[in-house]
Amino acid sequence: MNIDAIREQFPILHQQAHGHPLVYLDNAATTQKPQCVIDAVRHYYQADNANIHRGVHLLSERATAAYESARSNIAKLFNAASIREVIFTRGATEAINLVAASWGGTNLHAGDEILLSEMEHHSNIVPWQMIATRTGAVIKVLPMDDCGALCMEQLDDLLSERTKLVGIVQMSNALGTINPIAEIITKAHAVGALVLIDGAQAAGHLAVDLQLLDVDFYVTSAHKMYGPTGTGVLIAKATLLDAMPPYQGGGDMIRTVSFAQTQYNDLPHKFEAGTPNIAGVIGFGAAINWLQQLGFPAIAAQERELLTYATAKAEQFTGLRIIGNAPNKACVLSFVLAGVHPHDLGTILDSEGVAIRAGHHCAMPVMQHFKVPATARASFAVYNTIDEVDALFAALTKAQEMFA
Amino acid sequence: MFDLKSLYQQVIVDHNKSPRNFGKLEPCSHDAEGYNPLCGDQLHLYLNIDNDGIIQQVRFEGEGCAISTASASLMTQSLIGKSVDAFKQLFAQFHHMTTCDLDEEPDQATLGKLAALAGVREFPSRIKCATLCWHTAKAAIEGATRAKTE
Ligand SMILES: Cc1ncc(COP(=O)(O)O)c(C=O)c1O
Repeated sequence: MNIDAIREQFPILHQQAHGHPLVYLDNAATTQKPQCVIDAVRHYYQADNANIHRGVHLLSERATAAYESARSNIAKLFNAASIREVIFTRGATEAINLVAASWGGTNLHAGDEILLSEMEHHSNIVPWQMIATRTGAVIKVLPMDDCGALCMEQLDDLLSERTKLVGIVQMSNALGTINPIAEIITKAHAVGALVLIDGAQAAGHLAVDLQLLDVDFYVTSAHKMYGPTGTGVLIAKATLLDAMPPYQGGGDMIRTVSFAQTQYNDLPHKFEAGTPNIAGVIGFGAAINWLQQLGFPAIAAQERELLTYATAKAEQFTGLRIIGNAPNKACVLSFVLAGVHPHDLGTILDSEGVAIRAGHHCAMPVMQHFKVPATARASFAVYNTIDEVDALFAALTKAQEMFA
Repeated sequence: MFDLKSLYQQVIVDHNKSPRNFGKLEPCSHDAEGYNPLCGDQLHLYLNIDNDGIIQQVRFEGEGCAISTASASLMTQSLIGKSVDAFKQLFAQFHHMTTCDLDEEPDQATLGKLAALAGVREFPSRIKCATLCWHTAKAAIEGATRAKTE
């Protein structure tokens, strides 16, 4: 893979940060955007801007076509059964809230169980707590071990006919762990539970075949897949979506409205009330094209090389403790450094041009498990280089010296 | 210019490494917990204030970054022997120092060693680290049990 050619497509990477070349290693928070995505968004505003699904004029037709073509790109990328199953949202968070409120609000009852993993992002915890409070459902937790892998041997005991939904993160943003979702889905389905997969972290890094995996609800965000912020997707089985009440009411999601009675629109529009983030969705479509051209095998190979190299350096680094050593992981190096708090590390690395995340990564239960208040996290994307990993460790050495 | 040395002055590195007045204070007349949700800094502040309103003892416990630990350590030193009214004035001065323009020199005469924390002005994401202990002290003195930097 020609990394220079890839980097050329990301204008933002070619700048100085505090007098050093920018080393962007905060990709788990959000990835940068290639020129083709920026161009797609700009083109929409410059040439096609109009509301969709309602105009009879040329611009509206072009905008609608671009928006709907993004939907088919996404359906193809994830191998959804139909474009009717692809619902645009503000992001993974809104998609989970949609499922919790609409499906959960209808189907959860007192004593029903929702099984989540210990490594979920807050966005796959809090919406379930909210609906559990309303319905009397109970949240159970599938624990992880000290290397940050799920305790799969406990899964059978936690699943029962009371389990109505299993919510699992496909790739942990705090640890990088890739979870065995195929096995979890098979076992959950065996007890009659549905499965929601949080693909926010995974979808930009590995290929996902939703029909093959038989996923009931899949959510992700465009901005972690080289696309714009403020847009994401829920992909769910049409049979489930057909039976679920709308999440929000408004324009676009109806067929007819009168004060006596309102008829809802068909899928996917039933769940897309109001004017959506049209430019964002169009940019999302462009990002998916870009990802497909690059191909997940090539992306994964590059990211594996980066993680392997960084992990080897981390293991040699005095005082550094890696948080998360699951056998199957990608893209994320979470760690703490003796004597230097992650927050200080973040500031010192920033002064060297190296952007990382320091904090709890919206996964406080993970911090509690490892008994750390926070970690420093370097996370890789396809445009990162071995030289940038070296820059990270050079900056870490500097931080250590400063606090010696 | 982004000046890391002005943030991590020697006093700060030193107080982070060996925080003064660190540990529980039992019994105490006032205490409160402070929490900075952004970075997980957590501290518990204990005070003994006598009947004349004079702060006789201050100690703190907790876990945080160098800025929050050093700031708490320096604060405990500066508060011992001060009246509650003097605390309130110092609070205002400290707060001003962490948010004022860069070209304004910190008032060394009133702030003393606390002036070492003026460097946070250049680092907006770190101001709350420096002020957490002060908000916590204020909460303790005013009888609240929890302080946040928000
Ligand atoms: C694993 C995981 N799930 C969910 C989310 C939430 O995504 P968003 O904030 O884009 O809705 C994130 C983002 O940090 C994430 O990493």
